[in-house]
Amino acid sequence: MKRIALSTCILSLVMIAALLFAGCTDSGLVGETPPTTLTVFCAASLTGAFTDIAQAYEDKNPDVNIDLVFDGTQALRTQIEQGASPDIFVSANTKHMDALKAAGFMENQTVFFFLENGMAVIIPAENSAGITRLSDLAKPGVKLVIGTKDVPFGSYTRQVLDKMAADPRYGQEYKDAVMANVISEETAVSSVVPKLMLGEADAAFVYKSDVQPGDRDKVIQIEIPEEYNVVARYPLGILAESDQVGASEEFIGHVTGPEGNAILVKYGFDPIEQTV
Amino acid sequence: MRERFGENGLILFLAPLIILFLLFLTIPVASLFLRISPAAFIESLGNPVVLDALLLSLGTATLSTAIVILMGTPLSYLNARTTYPGKEVVDTLTDLPIVMPPAVAGIALLMAFGRRGVIGEYLDMFGLQIAFTTLAVILAQVFVASPFYIRQARASFEAVDRTFEDAARTLGAGRLRVFFRVTVPIAWSGLVSGAILTFARALGEFGATIMFAGNFQGRTQTMPLAIYTTMQGDLNDAISLAIILVIISFGVILLVKYITRRPI
Repeated sequence: MKRIALSTCILSLVMIAALLFAGCTDSGLVGETPPTTLTVFCAASLTGAFTDIAQAYEDKNPDVNIDLVFDGTQALRTQIEQGASPDIFVSANTKHMDALKAAGFMENQTVFFFLENGMAVIIPAENSAGITRLSDLAKPGVKLVIGTKDVPFGSYTRQVLDKMAADPRYGQEYKDAVMANVISEETAVSSVVPKLMLGEADAAFVYKSDVQPGDRDKVIQIEIPEEYNVVARYPLGILAESDQVGASEEFIGHVTGPEGNAILVKYGFDPIEQTV
Repeated sequence: MRERFGENGLILFLAPLIILFLLFLTIPVASLFLRISPAAFIESLGNPVVLDALLLSLGTATLSTAIVILMGTPLSYLNARTTYPGKEVVDTLTDLPIVMPPAVAGIALLMAFGRRGVIGEYLDMFGLQIAFTTLAVILAQVFVASPFYIRQARASFEAVDRTFEDAARTLGAGRLRVFFRVTVPIAWSGLVSGAILTFARALGEFGATIMFAGNFQGRTQTMPLAIYTTMQGDLNDAISLAIILVIISFGVILLVKYITRRPI
């Protein structure tokens, strides 16, 4: 009786200890089995394109798994700063990538710009607010969705509006009127398009690439002239802590190669020609 | 002697479990306070985002709780006192928001009250739009938080000994008078704790709100949404908001524990 009680309690203590330490060794086991798993943190605006690219890559390389994590660039940066360790980080702007580089999270010489994107205004196909030009966005009662000032697509939106405000043809009143029509500030582009397609919003500032090929008939896109538009350049790179540099480089080669570029173009991005 | 050792063994076995669990709950909360300097905390309080979110959250959660009490009490009483066909279905329906992921609640509310929603379509004809307004925040909170009060209220009413009610009735008190002078006072602590749970859940509501009400400072950006949004920019603001939310929640629960402990 005594024995049993004592051994039970030692056993349970050991189990608790084991549970405690199990958490500390999770990364040690990955990588020794043949299938390689690459974790890619990827800006939300690339959701469609990178899903296709990863699928194509996995089809060609059955021994490689690509785990894609999509979120707003800033959210991904925070996760990396707080200890998440993906192999590759694909950012929607320079600022967040530079911050990670400066803090030593990135393998700096692997970071380069691989594509360009711009802003556009989208409206639902039935267009109940009757928006045909950029100037219509200032009409009272238009329900506009943009990004918060801290996420890349939100800061680009403000840059576009600032450029328009500086032009006497639109002026500061235009910017003020447009900002007064904002009904929601989203933290990731991925939550904007659904709101628009549900008809909850009349218009949204998003990336040119945000209208997925399958949705082109549900959404009308209004182009923003080059003089007001901003060029968003996307950098990607390998994390300093990644122990799968070779496999990561091969995947990045695929992204920036002809096959990856074709998919990026299909989704509305402008790949940057790589001169190696 | 043996008996004694067995008991000690039990304590030895359970103590680490209890301590470990308390640590698990305490460490993350304490870490919030350790990660920010008092100066930075006070500076964040001056940020209008923080104050707007605080006021909006307290206002909407209070209103939502009031609505839940007003509309949930009759139903809870009915379900506690009577049987009728389909009662189980009604009961399940009122419990449903507890197990629904908030995202599901958000989509469901959009489908109902959105501009093209089942009901929203007709409201839209009258120029009434709910999505992306403060009203949407309240609807989302009522939807996800109501079960906590309704469940608790029903259980409390069921626990009230009916002989007290019957005695009051035979003494000539009307039904409503019996309800407010006998039933409610006896069920009081249960009702209050149910209402508090609903308030706390409404205060913490995130998923349904961000989908159905959007994210706009001062209008629909409640504290959880503000925490999520400021995390994209200034982490200090996010931590400060989180600390305020923790303090409010802790204080409210503690207060209720004291209130309900008083014998009635």
